[in-house]
Amino acid sequence: MEAFTTHTGRAVPLRRSNVDTDQIIPAVWLKQVSRTGFERGLFAAWREDPGFVLNDPVYQGASILVAGPDFGTGSSREHAVWALQQYGFRAVIAARFGDIFRNNSTKMGLLPVVLPDATVEALQAAVEADPSAEVTVDLVERQVRWGGESAGFEIDDYTRWRLLSGLDDIGLTLRHADDVAEYENGRQPWLPTTV
Amino acid sequence: MGRTLAEKVWEQHVVRRADGEPDLLYIDLHLIHEVTSPQAFDGLRLAGRKVRRPDLTIATEDHNVPTVLGPIADPVSKAQVETLRKNAAEFGIRLHPMGDAGQGVVHIIGPQFGLTQPGMTVVCGDSHTSTHGAFGALAFGIGTSEVEHVLATQTLPAYRPKTMAIEVSGALPYGVTAKDLILAIIAKIGTGGGQGHIVEYRGQAIRDLSMEGRMTVCNMSIEAGARAGMIAPDETTFEYLKGRQHAPSGEAWDAAVEYWRSLRTDDDAVFDTVVEIDASTLTPFVTWGTNPGQGAPLSGAVPAPEETSDPAAAQRALEYMDLRAGTPLTEIQVDTVFVGSCTNGRLEDLRAVADVLRGRTVATRTLIVPGSMRVKAEAEAEGLDEVFKAAGAEWREAGCSMCLGMNPDILAPGERSASTSNRNFEGRQGKGGRTHLVSPAVAAATAVTGRLTAPADL
Ligand code: SF4
Repeated sequence: MEAFTTHTGRAVPLRRSNVDTDQIIPAVWLKQVSRTGFERGLFAAWREDPGFVLNDPVYQGASILVAGPDFGTGSSREHAVWALQQYGFRAVIAARFGDIFRNNSTKMGLLPVVLPDATVEALQAAVEADPSAEVTVDLVERQVRWGGESAGFEIDDYTRWRLLSGLDDIGLTLRHADDVAEYENGRQPWLPTTV
Repeated sequence: MGRTLAEKVWEQHVVRRADGEPDLLYIDLHLIHEVTSPQAFDGLRLAGRKVRRPDLTIATEDHNVPTVLGPIADPVSKAQVETLRKNAAEFGIRLHPMGDAGQGVVHIIGPQFGLTQPGMTVVCGDSHTSTHGAFGALAFGIGTSEVEHVLATQTLPAYRPKTMAIEVSGALPYGVTAKDLILAIIAKIGTGGGQGHIVEYRGQAIRDLSMEGRMTVCNMSIEAGARAGMIAPDETTFEYLKGRQHAPSGEAWDAAVEYWRSLRTDDDAVFDTVVEIDASTLTPFVTWGTNPGQGAPLSGAVPAPEETSDPAAAQRALEYMDLRAGTPLTEIQVDTVFVGSCTNGRLEDLRAVADVLRGRTVATRTLIVPGSMRVKAEAEAEGLDEVFKAAGAEWREAGCSMCLGMNPDILAPGERSASTSNRNFEGRQGKGGRTHLVSPAVAAATAVTGRLTAPADL
């Protein structure tokens, strides 16, 4: 996983609520068996509209997405996270996230930042007024900063530590293989197997 | 203080707990399909890891499969299915491929085999894993990174979500189904209402549901934003499980049932959130918008955006759906009716459709797709397929079909459907397609008239 400490870049406002993962990457794009190339499917249907904010030249190269509430609801497809990352996003800021999307993001090093509705709107307004404005997402300080403003955000210590160090969850769990083996010995005998 | 059902199942699966870390949970059953697993198997190979418990893992082909006989025409879909076959063989995982009698939508086959049992933890790289909660299992969808984690370790690190009770008092009126109930619940609490929670569905109307109805309700928990949905196991659950291929038998059955009976929320347990609904006030429910929370009673009208909780989203939805505020929902003409999916692709759903279609003719393209090969065989043994064909509907092979646009069953741009599936997102059933979520009975009545219709109005 890519480590995340602090990132400064330009931000693009996505003023839509309930952006489900079918919009982030439509199902036809999920047929690939590789892990690359998903940026082409990012918001594929919406990007066909020249007026869609991601097509606005002033936001080219933006690396922070400032979205409406309930971003990433719906399907569990991690492809949504891959698409955002491969397109160039390092962080997504929203008032609420779909639980699975948020979880998937933290496994991949795409930082989901939860800020109150009013703060998200203020940030959207700021980057609409000045698309060249730089925004800093600072995981060390748990803070978002832009144009003299700042807002703190919450993230649990463990997830923060994992993101800061870019650690792979599987490696961490395998250190507890003995605990797993011991648990397995105590499982109820009637539990089914697939064989 | 007493504990909730969710807390009991959670605690039973904690492998390791440490301050400041998520719990490490043991996973009893891992379901796999072709879409969200290839990159996970690649990860294992790269790291030189094995699947820890292939005997707790089962795979099926569902999302990409065509629902007419014959090979997969699309080379990309075909490659994905072949990748699953190769991975299952290499890592020693049981697979039910296309054409196999055990094949079907992942959330339909688990319960059918008796693999989904009360008190288990069940995961799958698929958000509708919540379906299995109908048995009192803790079942939730995961992403591909977590699929790899479960393959490698048979565990998942996770923080325990909050608990929510949805108390459904009273009895569902005649003609009102589990699907109408869950659509009404989502419209009430919103697509984010359950975020961060495990929902337990409780109350008379829930206890009165069959296992299949309970699966329909739990299936759509994710559409309310919940991490999982659960229903305490009872005699209905035990009755369903008894004699299934992977259910315990003999003394093991008795021991299991004794344990399963303890899987209920204690009377003095406290939920973080409680929602109450009176089932007796409900009527057939459909969606008008582009998320499952944008729904209304079928007897109502398309709402004006300003009457809704999110006017901007409603405005966008009405534009996408090409609908005008104030239009009675029963005046909406559809081009296609889809019956199927892990929400409503089981035998009871097909019976409900047959009850409406018997002796009638469909006025519109109607796809009836069993959720599994076994559902197909059972439906045919009852002669339901004859009813469908006589009415002019298409009777298909098992798969996800028109639930999502990954296989040949898709809507054309601008086409409108009444669908028994679970998501009405923009383009979910094919780019530019417009979806109204409905119950199987409403789908069947709609097929007869060509516009959204309740069976009672035929
Ligand atoms: S039927 Fe639909 S919701 Fe269910 S697993 Fe298949 S695609 Fe997903």
